[in-house]
Amino acid sequence: MTLSLRRSTGSVGGTHRQAHHPSSGYRREPLRRQRPLTLVTTTKSDSHTWNLVYLELVLKELGHDVVNLGPCVPVELLAGCAREVGPDLVVVSTVNGHGVRDGIEIAGVLRQMDELARTPIVIGGKLSTSGEAGASEQARRLRHAGYDAVFGGTGAISAFRAFVAGAGVRA
Amino acid sequence: MTERHSDFGRFVHDAHERGDLVVQPRMGYGDPGRMRAGLAATRQARATTVGTITLDSYTRTGQVEVARQAVERGDDLNGYPIVTHDPDVTGAVLAGLAGPGFPVQVRHGSAQPQQIIAAALRAGLTATEGGPVSYCLPYSRLPLRDSVRNWSQACDILVGGAGAAAHVETFGGCMLGQLCPPGLLVAISVLEGLFLQQHGVRSLSLSYAQQTSPEQDEGAVLALNRLAAELLPGLDLHTVIYGYMGLFPQTPGGARALMADAAGLAVRTGAQRLIVKTAVEAQRIPTIGENVEALEHAAAVARRTTGPADRTDRTRALAAQEVYQEAGTLISAVLELGPDVGSALVRAFDRGVLDIPYCLHPANSRRSTSYLDGDGWLRWGATGGMPLPPSRVGTPGASGAVTSAQLLRDLSYMQRRYDRYPSLPVPAPELVRSTS
Repeated sequence: MTLSLRRSTGSVGGTHRQAHHPSSGYRREPLRRQRPLTLVTTTKSDSHTWNLVYLELVLKELGHDVVNLGPCVPVELLAGCAREVGPDLVVVSTVNGHGVRDGIEIAGVLRQMDELARTPIVIGGKLSTSGEAGASEQARRLRHAGYDAVFGGTGAISAFRAFVAGAGVRA
Repeated sequence: MTERHSDFGRFVHDAHERGDLVVQPRMGYGDPGRMRAGLAATRQARATTVGTITLDSYTRTGQVEVARQAVERGDDLNGYPIVTHDPDVTGAVLAGLAGPGFPVQVRHGSAQPQQIIAAALRAGLTATEGGPVSYCLPYSRLPLRDSVRNWSQACDILVGGAGAAAHVETFGGCMLGQLCPPGLLVAISVLEGLFLQQHGVRSLSLSYAQQTSPEQDEGAVLALNRLAAELLPGLDLHTVIYGYMGLFPQTPGGARALMADAAGLAVRTGAQRLIVKTAVEAQRIPTIGENVEALEHAAAVARRTTGPADRTDRTRALAAQEVYQEAGTLISAVLELGPDVGSALVRAFDRGVLDIPYCLHPANSRRSTSYLDGDGWLRWGATGGMPLPPSRVGTPGASGAVTSAQLLRDLSYMQRRYDRYPSLPVPAPELVRSTS
């Protein structure tokens, strides 16, 4: 499967709308990168997108450029894309309740990649169908699988913002 | 050969002539017995109804083998696997229920619907819904040109098998469920109608999903009706309203009030059919009984609703004019891209002539944004490469761009408004009393 990557900068549309041609693909340009580049993705089984759209806006407000892979992302597509763009941060967001199972599979693949050896990878959303119960055990399993942080429940977005700002994710 | 079931379009028109709004659930169950019970309950509801068979997500994404394994194991599915079940099984589901007095529509959500259409035909079902854009961009990773090819093949199968009995409803009036400005919703609904017409479908319905402002919605549906009459003359055609498809109220009272307003919207705009949601929509897949209750509630509200209230006439006319001009401009711009509507649609998205706010599909330019203004009207924050005048672009916030906080507020606007219902003033006070 091929995917034309559209790196979107600044606001969606708005003032930067002349800046990128609709068919321009993004290629890694490490020497010229001014802002951190974050890859926003979800799991292969999750077709929700508003969470991904929202996180893209949050990250842009924190000064990041974002490549947003959209819904139902196969693990191979995510890995290929990560290899292509060399992100400074990978954000997995999922709300369909299969986040723990699918998230562990993603971490297993990404953590095998030399390109991502030192890249922060985080996950958040509604991670399982059991709600808040068992949340700390789920977080432990996800961290064990390779995530640097797990965000769920109330306050998840504040914690995520603090992580992105405080961890100093930089280009 | 299974007997042909009724002409969906004719049933809806006959009901409209009698002054009845046709109401329809979004119902689908994996088990054939439960599916049959659902159809029977829909038919028996105290309302003028058509039946629905909504398919499961494996079937709609083309994973027929996974659906087959689930059926063999006896697993529950989130809809009816029409491709998997033997035609005799589906025939038994429909026997004695589906017919001229109770047409049944197959609803699926697939960007690759050929097998689904063929299976429906084998069971004698000739009415379905969808469209090359509306079932690809929001939900699928499939390239748009593949969806266009699949839908043209599906039309060939449907028209070849059903002839004049074929009925297709566009899903284009629903893009992403919420935050798509009405001008673009109406344009895509009509453009999908033109695509279906070009592929031989002669009985169509054009959809519009309830958005965030009753006045703007009423104007939008009037604009849709007018454009449909102008651009799709000579067809069997009706308008179908979907009850709100965005983030739904969490309280039963809020959900019922929202659905009452959807029924009011349908009646006041002359729409002939309404797709109904239930009071538990935000929590889970509704039961048969909850579906029937929602159908009867919507039908009761529709019977009590009369023509437009005078006080909304001017606002509504203004909205109708705005949407008519905006949708007309977008439709013309797409049709200028070539005589084949399917190819023109692919080019239109490629060039940003159509650009759906917040749609992440790679075919979408992603240069447009939208937001709700202080009155709850959907506005453009940016129109990207769409041929719309700068005067159509509003100011979403102090920065001139839609922020994450504003997006969250706008996404949950209807949920907040209706969950506080009836403490807030709403535009149709006669409905407040009727639903309390």
